[in-house]
Amino acid sequence: MTVRFGVVVFPGTNCDHDTKSAVEGLGYEAEFVWHNSPHSELDGFGCVILPGGFAYGDYLRTGAIAAFSPVVAAVKRYIDDGGLVVGICNGFQVLLEMGALPGAMVRNRNLRFICRFVDLLVKQADTPFTAACRPKQVLRMPISHFEGAYYVDDAGLRSLVENKQIVLRYCDADGNCTPDANPNGAMFNIAGICNQRRNVFGLMPHPERASDELLGATDGRLIFDSIAQFVSAPSNVYGA
Amino acid sequence: MTRLSAILKENNLTKDEYERIVEGLGRAPNRVELGMFSVMWSEHCCYKSSKPYLRTLPTTGERVIQGPGENAGVIDLGDNIALVFKIESHNHPSFIEPFQGAATGVGGILRDIFTMGARPFAILDSLHFGNLDNARNRYTMSGVVSGISSYGNCIGIPTVGGQTLFADCYAKNPLVNVMCAGLAQKDKVFYGKAAGPGNLVIYAGSRTGRDGLHGATMASAAFDETSEARRPTVQVGDPFAEKLVMEACLELMDKGLIVGIQDMGAAGLTCSTSEMAFRGGTGLRIDLSKVPRRVGALTPYEMMLSESQERMLLVTEAKREREVLDVFKRWGVKAVSVGVVTDEGRLSINDGAEDVADMPLALLVDGCPVCNRPVAEPSGIARLGAFDHEHIDLKDAIETIIACPDLCEKRWVFEQYDHLIGTNTVVRPGSDAAVMRIKGTSKGVALCLDGSGAKTALDPYQGGVAAVAEAYLNVCCTGAEPLAITNCLNFGNPEDPEVMWQFAESVRGVKEACELLSVPVTGGNVSFYNETLGENVYPTPVIGMVGLFEDLRTVVRHRFQQAGDVIFLLGRTVPRLAGSELAKVVAGELGGQLVPVDLHAHKRISQAILKLGRDGLLQSAHDCSEGGIAMSLLESCFGARNGSSSGVRVLLPNEAEPISWLFAETPSRAIISVKAENVGRVTDYLNKAEVEHLVLGEVGQETVEVNQSQTVLLRVESDRLRQRWAESLENMLTGGSS
Repeated sequence: MTVRFGVVVFPGTNCDHDTKSAVEGLGYEAEFVWHNSPHSELDGFGCVILPGGFAYGDYLRTGAIAAFSPVVAAVKRYIDDGGLVVGICNGFQVLLEMGALPGAMVRNRNLRFICRFVDLLVKQADTPFTAACRPKQVLRMPISHFEGAYYVDDAGLRSLVENKQIVLRYCDADGNCTPDANPNGAMFNIAGICNQRRNVFGLMPHPERASDELLGATDGRLIFDSIAQFVSAPSNVYGA
Repeated sequence: MTRLSAILKENNLTKDEYERIVEGLGRAPNRVELGMFSVMWSEHCCYKSSKPYLRTLPTTGERVIQGPGENAGVIDLGDNIALVFKIESHNHPSFIEPFQGAATGVGGILRDIFTMGARPFAILDSLHFGNLDNARNRYTMSGVVSGISSYGNCIGIPTVGGQTLFADCYAKNPLVNVMCAGLAQKDKVFYGKAAGPGNLVIYAGSRTGRDGLHGATMASAAFDETSEARRPTVQVGDPFAEKLVMEACLELMDKGLIVGIQDMGAAGLTCSTSEMAFRGGTGLRIDLSKVPRRVGALTPYEMMLSESQERMLLVTEAKREREVLDVFKRWGVKAVSVGVVTDEGRLSINDGAEDVADMPLALLVDGCPVCNRPVAEPSGIARLGAFDHEHIDLKDAIETIIACPDLCEKRWVFEQYDHLIGTNTVVRPGSDAAVMRIKGTSKGVALCLDGSGAKTALDPYQGGVAAVAEAYLNVCCTGAEPLAITNCLNFGNPEDPEVMWQFAESVRGVKEACELLSVPVTGGNVSFYNETLGENVYPTPVIGMVGLFEDLRTVVRHRFQQAGDVIFLLGRTVPRLAGSELAKVVAGELGGQLVPVDLHAHKRISQAILKLGRDGLLQSAHDCSEGGIAMSLLESCFGARNGSSSGVRVLLPNEAEPISWLFAETPSRAIISVKAENVGRVTDYLNKAEVEHLVLGEVGQETVEVNQSQTVLLRVESDRLRQRWAESLENMLTGGSS
């Protein structure tokens, strides 16, 4: 059976169409989930994606208002039930604000919006979101954000490291996580993390923008393919 | 000053215009009506100085679905796909309040596009600032770029290209021109027409406040010392609100629920109501008491003239009202019926029980007397003699030119723009033209903005020709067929006969180039009064061109692909540095006589590049413009993946004097590279097509090398040059003095 992705649409979400068409381009199904949807509407999705954008205008603080929307309560229950949830860019910010992942985002080190392709080191190729990658593989994807410098306190960072929750780190083309390869000042070059249970993944880069040969980048497919493979495995069916 | 003349001055109307209003109404206008005439008859809204000239431009063609006169132009891309596009200026507000001025410029042009039923899919901007050694200019530039970034990124439309240029004449009159393109189904294009008497008029979007009062009038006068005090005339943008309005409107149009639609931009309610009714050949009756307000105590005058952002006016059949309001409600957008369409040919405004204004539409929209402004050729356009370049070292010249503000890399600018959202950007910023794919088809669109104020100042006619010609060549270099243009004509004070002469000459140039190259004008914008304290900007026509790929697989990039590829120079080089970037940055001089564009030769070269590209024979193609052959070669070397760059080995013709030959900006030239095995085929084709050409050298690995006969004139590491080119702008913005 084809894997179905749910793509959440908050007012102000603007990567919803891109995400849906990237997923569909890989042969999976995708449906939009409206921000005031009840929990039942998430039933049957193999994975729920919180896409990029400016949910509720990102007024107050990125992701802060979205964290109180009706669909987020549904997403929380979906997570508790073991469902896979991915937050991309603004979606990552929402996951932080709703407490599904630890830490916070601050403004980029240069205090400017940054849209550019970056290299990412796959630190954990053993999550449902990265299993199709080789360990230590370098992925190329774009980032596009103003508040993307990941921050967590020392204890939090130690916990992320100990529990192997750091999934993607900014690196150079050879896979070295140097300060120069860090585009936004994120702590420990962190570009993506998962929760301890490994069913929630937040990342600042945009895999949906790196899933098409014509656009010059295809590494993003590995993220969606990983999820699909995981969901399709008979022992791992969530939500269905 | 009499009371009447004081009121007229405040409303920027002349005595003659006032008399025309009285005659047309058959009575004296009240204050509200006078305010409405003031904005509708402003230069910004009614083009009273430029109309006679704009009428000469070619505006029709087999692909033109909608030319000038609507919210945007529309062209046919085949297979029921229409491209909707337009450019607009937001110059005056961007000086007064750079961030909001530029942001609302983006918001305004986006509304023009989605108003026609098209989902916007690309933004380009042409920016002109004063030199960066001045702190206020750096502030203006930073503010403008972050304003565009903030609005475009939030609403989620990619900013994919444009130009950023500098000269001191733009210090107090920066130019912020924003072009937007969107895609619609050809059979679902909507127009700003209020048709069908009895239909309802619906107001949707943000509430009306006092912001932007008289913005259009402000944009129709020169600046002086008090200009900063006009900050309240600049609107404040809310891209989140616009995103919701846009999604709701696109859904309404997709469902066929509305009859006509127009955004409220300059002159707000006044302009949208009167233009829609005038185009529809109907009339409107509007009740202001129903219009949502931000504050309670707004007067009718303020409501009619407010330029609050993110507002739309729609016409729908009465039986559809509920469905329309429901769609807005779902998107969280305020919407309410405020009036009806009539067949009276009048715009009638009441505020509850009180009649506020009542005017014939023909008078309000089309009654402004055209100004036949005097035109005079200036006596002293700077004529630079022979620019003394004998003592310039080639290496110094190259190092200077790659780091100069106009030619250095603009990454600092375009990385602040989300240029990838929408997942359609095939060729990214920093190229001759941006290329966007059209999802679900093999087609694509190339878009570019071109124009040189400096060259137009030297020769306004040639500047007009060259702007169109360069855009045409840029589009051809990517492999797309040029289809049409939109233009933004930025000039000084039209009451100055010499400015009007510049304008007349430039438009003549644009017209002749468009006719010969068969690219119609589908709309645009004129911005006059770019004058502060008596200083006018360079006459700056900016051309936005769009081109079509039937098959995107043939897209050609400007970067060299592989060492060993053979480099050709197409076109004839006249080794003259008049108006060149080198003369400007080394000698600080703007002068001399431009080499005229030979439009026939230009078309042959451009079409030859297009043909070679489509036949898959080009590895790269890049036009030669600012910085001449030297800059074109270097740009083709720079910017491969991961910031690496390729090298180049060039052999100059024996008779060429290196500096003038490498840096001359003779029009109608391009650098192409081809695989060694295709040199014969390419040469044969160029000979057959009568395109002047010579083999200039070959693509190398790591060094830039220039030779002449047996002598090495220059050998330098390409990556070192690239780094200098890439770091220059940020250094100027952060390390400058004063």
